[in-house]
Amino acid sequence: MTPEIRAIFQIAGIGFLVAILHTILKQSGKEEFANWTTFVGFVAVFVIVIGYVDHLYSEIQRVFLQM
Amino acid sequence: MHILQLVGIGLTATVLVSVLRPHAPQFAMMVGLLAGIVLLVAVVQNMHSVIKTLTDLSAAANVNQGFMATVLRIIGIAYIVEFAAQVARDAKEGALAGKIELAGKVGIVILALPIITGVIDSLVRMLP
Repeated sequence: MTPEIRAIFQIAGIGFLVAILHTILKQSGKEEFANWTTFVGFVAVFVIVIGYVDHLYSEIQRVFLQM
Repeated sequence: MHILQLVGIGLTATVLVSVLRPHAPQFAMMVGLLAGIVLLVAVVQNMHSVIKTLTDLSAAANVNQGFMATVLRIIGIAYIVEFAAQVARDAKEGALAGKIELAGKVGIVILALPIITGVIDSLVRMLP
């Protein structure tokens, strides 16, 4: 299992977790907390993905801008 | 990476995205984006050897190396713009995807200008 595949499953897991938390918090009347949970989860996922976007850019620069 | 591995990543990501989409669309988008990045990185790494062979061939055929570098840059722009536009279209942002593609087209035209002027120059020199 390479780190990239692990990251895909990680993000999907965070997504499921946040969706469940959102539903539970909403059911118990804590709308504010539910929204904040979604936001924090999204930021965490964004940080993971940004690292891979950087990797993609450096890889493309290495291959296509070699001269 | 092995082709079966790449196809497996694509199928797994597709399943995850389609399960995730109704409950958390933004996370589904992120999973799709990351899977696309993984696949594109693998493809670009495989392409490295092809591009190396092409540049070696063009050097052997005495093609202007500047032109070859320009062509490679244009291919790179095409790949990355296509990728970004598809991600934007996947997130139902068709207008943004169109703008990204427009930016890519303008960038390609700017890079291609020296080649166009080179063609016109040699044409003018051929004319009596």
